[in-house]
Amino acid sequence: MKITMAHGSGGKSSAELMKSVFGKYFSNDVLDQMEDAAVLDIAGRIAFSTDSFVVTPITFKGGDIGKLAVCGTVNDLLMMGAEPLYLTSAYILEEGLEIDRLDAIAASMADTAASAGVKIVAGDTKVVEGNGGLMINTTGIGLIPEGRNISAANLKKGDAILVSGYLGDHHACILSARMNLTNHIQSDCAVLKPIVDALFSHDIRVKAMRDVTRGGLGTMLNELANTSQCSIEIEEERLPVRDEVRGFCDVLGLDPLYMGNEGKMLAVVDGADAEKALETMRGTDLGKDAVILGYVQEGKGVTMRTRLGGKRVVDMLYGEGLPRIC
Amino acid sequence: MNTEQIIAYLKNYNGPEIKLMEVCGTHTASIFKNGIRSLISPKIKLISGPGCPVCVTPTAYIDRCIEYAKKDGHVLMTFGDMIKVPGSQGSLSTAKGDGAKVEMMFSPVEVVDRAEADPHTTYVIAAVGFETTIPTYAVAMEEALNRNIQNIKFLTALKTTLPAIQWICENESGIDGFICPGHVSVITGSKVYEPLAKRFHKPFVVAGFEGEHLLAVIYDLLRQHEEGRAEVKNLYQNAVKTDGNEKALHLMERFFAPGNAMWRGLGIIPDSGMYIKDEFRAMDGGSFGLDQDAELAPACSCPDVIVGRINPNECPMFGTVCTPTEPYGPCMVSAEGACGIWYRNTI
Amino acid sequence: MCVAMPGKILEINDHKAKVSFNGMEMNADVRMVDAKVGDYVLVHAGCAIEVLSQSRAEEMLEIFKELEELQ
Repeated sequence: MKITMAHGSGGKSSAELMKSVFGKYFSNDVLDQMEDAAVLDIAGRIAFSTDSFVVTPITFKGGDIGKLAVCGTVNDLLMMGAEPLYLTSAYILEEGLEIDRLDAIAASMADTAASAGVKIVAGDTKVVEGNGGLMINTTGIGLIPEGRNISAANLKKGDAILVSGYLGDHHACILSARMNLTNHIQSDCAVLKPIVDALFSHDIRVKAMRDVTRGGLGTMLNELANTSQCSIEIEEERLPVRDEVRGFCDVLGLDPLYMGNEGKMLAVVDGADAEKALETMRGTDLGKDAVILGYVQEGKGVTMRTRLGGKRVVDMLYGEGLPRIC
Repeated sequence: MNTEQIIAYLKNYNGPEIKLMEVCGTHTASIFKNGIRSLISPKIKLISGPGCPVCVTPTAYIDRCIEYAKKDGHVLMTFGDMIKVPGSQGSLSTAKGDGAKVEMMFSPVEVVDRAEADPHTTYVIAAVGFETTIPTYAVAMEEALNRNIQNIKFLTALKTTLPAIQWICENESGIDGFICPGHVSVITGSKVYEPLAKRFHKPFVVAGFEGEHLLAVIYDLLRQHEEGRAEVKNLYQNAVKTDGNEKALHLMERFFAPGNAMWRGLGIIPDSGMYIKDEFRAMDGGSFGLDQDAELAPACSCPDVIVGRINPNECPMFGTVCTPTEPYGPCMVSAEGACGIWYRNTI
Repeated sequence: MCVAMPGKILEINDHKAKVSFNGMEMNADVRMVDAKVGDYVLVHAGCAIEVLSQSRAEEMLEIFKELEELQ
């Protein structure tokens, strides 16, 4: 069975699709009210974020667009120190999409949401002409516990910069699929909650966090340095990049510093807590390959000490990071 | 000798200022990536040469590529490097936004398979490059001939580096030594630099692309300069032979012959281009006479940058009006153009 | 323009070889080199352009030896 324009008509086919696919997986006390809007009781400071997911292929090694749509928005909430609570989920389906594929993606989305402890409380589905593709938008709300102040503006000289694991896996996985390259690279797509929870429960003085998505580490570090009016110096030899991803980057002329990830985070912590934060991150499954990349300094911009002991500037990503041979 | 000793020597150098030119853009990128400038004395100046075939491609060529991409039943295949280069009416990227069929390729050889599988579409390869890349187009041409595949065309803007280096030697006296392009030399061999070294009495040293390779070549050129020697040396013997790759050279000769070529910013350099030979003209997408070039902005100093007269940051437009997101000059356009590399690494 | 990377040949079938770059496998045309399975080749734009004769470590030793003679 395939999606047809009728599934987006708002009529009987829409209702059936709703029931047979989304209803099956997304059921919870709020959604099941079936009102025009979800009504939520939340008291306190909330974090609120939205993101759209247009990845092709829609399923890839290590995940799919449904899982990604939860990870992306939930991670954004987590990076502000919030406890993610609720998500909306809007699907734009292209005509010709196999309903079985949609079913699998909705199931994966529901699983990921459950493991992140968030409820999908509102949703929408539209159908457009196309070639069997699918796009998802999710919006999320999280509650920031009292006394928590996480911001890109918090960096001070001496703070340590940690990254939770290998860089570039997601980007390399997606590009490999698109370019028909054979390798074992898997997307790192994951909800970062276990790492964030561990950092706070171990009383690490966390200044700022960022999930290292599009634009890559280089771009994130520059954003942090700019916002806090400081400089950041990192060590090339500490950059965690898998051999296979390194090979991939070399061949296509890409730089792991600018490759997107979907399950990696930067944490900036008080310098005195650096070792403890490292140990805490490494104590989690997702953070077992964490490293201390470098430290915050006075000045501006991001620099990297190279393998040979030289110094280079690490700038933001310009353009699209196209694969090139030249 | 080890890396530390080389760095110490280069760091402590306090003689007269010496200017070394790296001809290849991949060397320029590696110099930044390894932080080489921070490891050597400020008296050793590293000058970026013409080393990016994309930067020196005239606008008429880009326009022709776009024309093909918009034509029914045609797909333009290009390396990622070319996508952003502006023609007179926009780039391949903007044309793609308007519905033109532009696809990125990783290898010209894979396009032959594509063409075979889809005989009703004509695949036009945007064949840009120096000596390193020219043989790969020759391989694709041979393959297309062997398999009798007719729906593949090559729109060429191929250039050879040696005439350009000679042009620089003739027009610029300030350069004391050359870091020869490693992968170009894999094809040409290191012996091609001998006549230049003799005629202009300058050292030419072939190098690989790792940080250590670059330190070694700078050290060698500096020592040669100090001792008044002007030798050709090959410090990339792992990949570069004196005579080059003869099979690749034969393939090149089979399909291509030299001719004049237009270098953006420099003008026409005699015999610095490679064109498909008459007998294979059926595969040529109309590569001759694409010399027309949009005028550079009046303040654009790309011609001075390409020959190493100034460094990119000395251009009045650099970083102010001319940036990688809005490039004016050819050197800012490509990821391996000298200005683009400088911008990303120094601003 | 001239990025080329060393990879190890896993299998050869006529002109076509499967080459591994740290585990990343790609096809490369090998008609321009005399290479056999197990060799390391320099690959540019899907074509092997040379067989590498030494490992990186051996190569560096050689270069340093060459520079030694300058002293």
